[in-house]
Amino acid sequence: MSQAREGRIVKVAGPVVTAEGMTGSRMYDVVRVGELNLIGEIVELHNDLASIQVYEETGGMGPGEKVVDTQAPLSVELGPGLIENIYDGIQRPLSLFYDREGAFMSRGTAIPGLDREKKWHFKPSVKNGTKVSEGDIIGQVKETTLVTQKIMVPQEMSGTIQDIKEGEFKVQDTVALLVDENGTENKLSLLQRCPVRKSRRSSRRLAPNTILATGQRVIDTFFPIAKGGTACVPGPFGTGKTVVQHQLAKWVNADIVVYVGCGERGNEMTDVLTEFPELKDPHSGEPLMKRSVLIANTSNMPVAAREASVYTGITIAEYFRDMGYTVAVMADSTSRWAEAMREISTRLEEMPAEEGYPAYLAARIAAFYERAGLVECLGQPKRQGGLSVIGAVSPPGGDLSDSVVQATLHVVKVFWSLKAELAYQRHFPAIDWLTSYSFYKQYLKKAFDDPEKGEDMNKLTAEAMSLLEQESELREIVRLVGAEALSPKDRLALEVSRSIREDFLHQNAFHKVDTYTSLEKQYEMLKTVLCFREHAINAINAGVGTDEIFKLPVREDIARARYTPEEDIDKIRSIREKIAEQIKNLQTTPVS
Amino acid sequence: MLKEYQTISEIAGPLMLVEKVDGAKYGHIVEIELRDGSKRNGQILQVENDKALVQVFEGTSGIDVKETTARFLGKPLEFGLSPDILGRVFSGLGIPKDDGPQIIPDKKLNINGNPINPFARDYPNEFIQTGISTIDGLNPIVRGQKLPIFSGAGLPHDNITAQIARQSTILAEGEDFAVVFAAMGITFEAAQFFIDDLTESGAIERAVMFLNLANDPAIERIATPRFALTAAEYLAFELDMHVLVILNDMTNYCEALREISAARKEVPGRRGYPGYLYTDLATVYERAGRIKGKTGSITMLPVLTMPEDDKTHPVPDLTGYITEGQIILSRSLHRKGIAPPVDCLPSLSRLKDKGIGEGKTREDHADLYNQLYAAYARGKEVQELATIMGEAALSNEDKKYMKFADDFEARYVSQDYFENRTIETTLDLGWELLSMFENIELKRIDPELLEKYMPKFRKKQAEKTSKSKEETDRETEKTQEAAVKTTEQSQSKNADEGDK
Ligand SMILES: Nc1ncnc2c1ncn2[C@@H]1O[C@H](COP(=O)(O)OP(=O)(O)OP(=O)(O)O)[C@@H](O)[C@H]1O
Ligand SMILES: [Mg+2]
Repeated sequence: MSQAREGRIVKVAGPVVTAEGMTGSRMYDVVRVGELNLIGEIVELHNDLASIQVYEETGGMGPGEKVVDTQAPLSVELGPGLIENIYDGIQRPLSLFYDREGAFMSRGTAIPGLDREKKWHFKPSVKNGTKVSEGDIIGQVKETTLVTQKIMVPQEMSGTIQDIKEGEFKVQDTVALLVDENGTENKLSLLQRCPVRKSRRSSRRLAPNTILATGQRVIDTFFPIAKGGTACVPGPFGTGKTVVQHQLAKWVNADIVVYVGCGERGNEMTDVLTEFPELKDPHSGEPLMKRSVLIANTSNMPVAAREASVYTGITIAEYFRDMGYTVAVMADSTSRWAEAMREISTRLEEMPAEEGYPAYLAARIAAFYERAGLVECLGQPKRQGGLSVIGAVSPPGGDLSDSVVQATLHVVKVFWSLKAELAYQRHFPAIDWLTSYSFYKQYLKKAFDDPEKGEDMNKLTAEAMSLLEQESELREIVRLVGAEALSPKDRLALEVSRSIREDFLHQNAFHKVDTYTSLEKQYEMLKTVLCFREHAINAINAGVGTDEIFKLPVREDIARARYTPEEDIDKIRSIREKIAEQIKNLQTTPVS
Repeated sequence: MLKEYQTISEIAGPLMLVEKVDGAKYGHIVEIELRDGSKRNGQILQVENDKALVQVFEGTSGIDVKETTARFLGKPLEFGLSPDILGRVFSGLGIPKDDGPQIIPDKKLNINGNPINPFARDYPNEFIQTGISTIDGLNPIVRGQKLPIFSGAGLPHDNITAQIARQSTILAEGEDFAVVFAAMGITFEAAQFFIDDLTESGAIERAVMFLNLANDPAIERIATPRFALTAAEYLAFELDMHVLVILNDMTNYCEALREISAARKEVPGRRGYPGYLYTDLATVYERAGRIKGKTGSITMLPVLTMPEDDKTHPVPDLTGYITEGQIILSRSLHRKGIAPPVDCLPSLSRLKDKGIGEGKTREDHADLYNQLYAAYARGKEVQELATIMGEAALSNEDKKYMKFADDFEARYVSQDYFENRTIETTLDLGWELLSMFENIELKRIDPELLEKYMPKFRKKQAEKTSKSKEETDRETEKTQEAAVKTTEQSQSKNADEGDK
C-alpha cells in the first residue's frame, strides 16, 4: 500500500466537507477528517478536490485542518459477536460507546464492530489439505443458543487449508492458513471485512417460493411476504409502520433478523432493546434477542451515518444469508435514508430531480431492494439462503405519489398500504385491504402440512376478500339510500364483512395472545367466521330474520376466538359446531 | 483567539459574507459591532477558504459593509448554567431579561448538545396525571415523552398547556420538578397568560423562561429552543429534576429556518421549507427522554399552529413523524363549545402502552380506551351519515352509537379549565358511558374485566334511564340540531376566525 494520502480542508458546509490535495484518492474511500479525526467517506472527486460526507457532526471544523485517506472503502466487520449487538450506522457498538463515553454521543470515537477480547469456540468442518474457495464453509462457532455462525472463506480468496485447529479463539486469532497457488500463506481468522456498498456474491438467484410467516393475520392470509421477497409499508405518521416492523421482527419465522432504525426515534430502539431479551421466539422458545442484530442511527444522529446505516444492515444480513440462513431485514424508515441522500446531494450542489431528490434516487432504492432474494450460496457445502427486505416508507402528508414511494413500488413485490382513517378508528394493523397487494399469494397454500387445508385456505381467503370488496360497494349504497334498502343477504354480507374486519383482520399487537397467530390458527379463525356465513345463508333462505341471526350468542365466541391460546386451537373448531346448532335452533323454533 | 474583521463583502437577508478571515470554524459564533456601537450576534453557517457565511440572529438591517466589525469568538453558541437559572427570564438568545443578577455559571454548554446514545435511553413508562380525561384516559403521557399539541389559529392551546403545566407538576414526595418555557414568536399576551398561570400556582419559582416574542428578531428563534433544551438537560440530568418543556410555537421556529434557507438559495422542499427540516426538528425533539441511571426526565410539549388547520402541512407533518404522538385540537368541537376541544380520533400517544395498567393506572385502562375509541369512531361515522341523510335513515343501532358520541363529547371530552380529574374518575366515566351498550358489543374488553367493572355502572345507568326518558330524548334532539348547524357553518367556511 502506498503511504497515507493527506489533504487539507477548504470548505465546511454542514455534513459535507471539501478537501484539497486529494489526488489519487478513490471514490468511497474512508477518510479521517480534521483535528477531531472524524470518520468520513469520499462521495465526489474533482481534480484534487474531494467532497466528503462526514459521519459525525462537523461543528467547530474549519479550513486548513487535515484530511487523511485510509484507502479502504466503507466496510463492516463480520464474524462472531454480531448477534445481540446494537450498532450505529457505521457499525460502532453503542453499548461500548456508552461504557466509554457516557449517555451522549461524543465525536471522534472509533470502536471496532466486533469484540476483540471475547473468545469463541471454533469447530473446524474441513481437514488440512482441503482445497477451498470463496464461500466454502471451513468450520463453525456457536454464537448464541439460536445462531451457529458458519465460518466461510472470505471474498476473492482460495487455496489449500493448512494448520486448521479446534479451540478457543479471539476474532483476530488465526484459525487456519490458506495457501494459494503461489505458495503464499494467508491467515484465516473468524473476522472478515466486507465493503457495504456492493452486494456479496452468490452462486445464483432463485425465485422465491415459500412464504415467510409473520403471525400477523392480515399479512399472512391476504398479503404474505416470501422468503427472499421484498415488501414495503408506506403510511402517514402514526399509522403503524413501526409496529408492523416490530411485530415482524418479533414473530417472523426467519433464522436471523436485522433491524435497521434509520433516522427514526431513539425510544423505539430502546423499546426493542428492552423487549427482545424478554420475549420468547414462538418457534424455539429462546429470547428473540438471540437471533437479532440492531442498527440504530436515530433521527438526531448524523445524517451521513444514517445514509450508510441501511447498507451496514443489509451487508450483515447477506453475510448470514451466505451461511444458508433465512434472514429478514427491516428498514424503518427508507424515507429517512432517501432524505439523507437528498441532504448530501444538496450540499454537493448536484442537480436535483423531483422534490429535490437526486436523480439517482430510484436507482439506489432499486439496487438496495435487489440485494434481497433467495439464492444458492457460493461455496461448499451446497445451501440456500434467503434474504427478505421490508422497508417502511414515510411519505410527506401520507401522499403516495411521493418519489420514494413510487420508486419503491417499482421494485417491491408486496405493498402494505396503511390508511390514516383505519388508524383513527384504531383498526390495527391499519393495512388497507382494498389497495394492498402481494405477488406471493399463491405460496400460502404450500405453507400448510396438509395439502387439503392449503387448498381450503385458498378458497377461504378468496371468499373473504370478495366479501370485503362487496362491503365497500354496499356501504356506498347505504350512504345513498339508507340501510333499509338492503336485502337480507346484503345485510348478511355487511355483517360478515364486519366480522372479518373486527374479529379477524384487527389484531392487537399489545395483547399477549393476540399479538401472534400461527397459520393453523389463522385458518381455523377464518373458517369459523365464514362458517357462520354459510349457516346464516341457509337460515335466511329458510325465512329466518337477520336480526335473529345477528344476535346469536355464538357471535361472541367468534369475536373472542383470537384470544384462544395456540395450545387450544381445538376450541375454535368447536365454535363451528355451536354455530350449526344455534342456527338450526332458529330454524326449528318458530320466530316469536 | 479573538479575531476582528471589517471585511464584510455581501449582505443578503439575514446573512452576511465576511472575507479574508483566518481560522473560522463552522458553527462558531461571531459578535458584530455596528457603526453606532450596538452589538449583534451571528453564527457561521459555512466556511470556504477564507470566506465565512454568517447568519445574524437579530437581522441585518442597519449593518453596512464598511464600518461594521465582525469579531470571531472561536467558540460555539453556549449557555452558562447554574441552579440559579430557576425562576429567571431570558431572551431567546439566553440573555437575562428580568431584573435579576447575572448568572455565574457552574458550566457552559454548547446549545446544540450531543445526541443521546439510543443505548443509554431508559424507556419512558411512568404515567403523568394531567387531570384531563382526553389525555389521561385516551392518550396518556409518560415522563420523558415528546407529545406535541397541533392547534390552529384561535384555538385554545394556551389553556391546555397551562392546565397541563399546572396539574401535572404535582409530584410524589422527594421529587423535584421544573418547567422550561420557550416562547418563539408568540404574542406578549399569550406568554403573559402562561406566566400568570404559573405565578398563581406558585410554580413560577421553578420555571425557566426563554422569551422571543412576536416583535423580537425572527432568526433568534432558531436558537431559542436549543437554549431551553440545554437548560432542561442540565436540570434533568445533572440536578435530577422532572422537567416539563413547552415550546411554543414551533411553526414560527420553522418559518425562521425557511427564511435562512431561502437566503442561502437552497433547493426548497415542500412549501419552501428546507429539505433538512425533518433532521433539524429531530435535533430539537429528540432531546426529550430519560437516561439510564439518572432520576430526572425531560417531557416535551411542543405547540404548533397548523396553517389552515392542515395536518399535512410540513410543520405538523414532520413533527408528527418525530414525536411520540400528537394531541390535535378540533375547530368543529371548539365551535360546538366543547373545551378542551381535543379531537380524539386522530390524537395519539404512542408511549401509553407501557405507562398504564395494573400498578400504574388500573388494569382495565387499555381495554377501556380501545373500546371507547372503537365506539366513538363508529358514533362519529354515524354523526356524519346523519348529517347527509337525516336521522330518520339511521337504524336503531346507529342511533345508539350517535347518542354515545354526543354523550362522550359532552361529558368525557368537555371539562372545566380548573377541573383536575383523577385517573380513577376518568376511567369510571368511561365505563359509565359504555354502559349503554350490551356486553356483546364491547368486544375489545376482556370478559373478566367486563364482569368485574360493568355491573355497578349498569345499575347506575338503569336508575338514570328510568328517571326521565323523555328528557334525554329532547336533549338528543337539541344536540343534533346543533350538529347540523355546525356543519352548515363549516361548509360556508368562515375564514376569519375571531380570537378565542
Ligand atoms: N397492531 C397494533 N396493535 C395495537 N396498536 C397499534 C398497532 N399498530 C399500531 N398501533 C398504535 O399506533 C401507534 C402508532 O404506530 P407506529 O409508531 O408504528 O406508527 P408509524 O407509522 O411508525 O409512525 P411514524 O411514521 O411517525 O413513525 C402505536 O403507538 C400504537 O399505539
Ligand atoms: Mg414509525
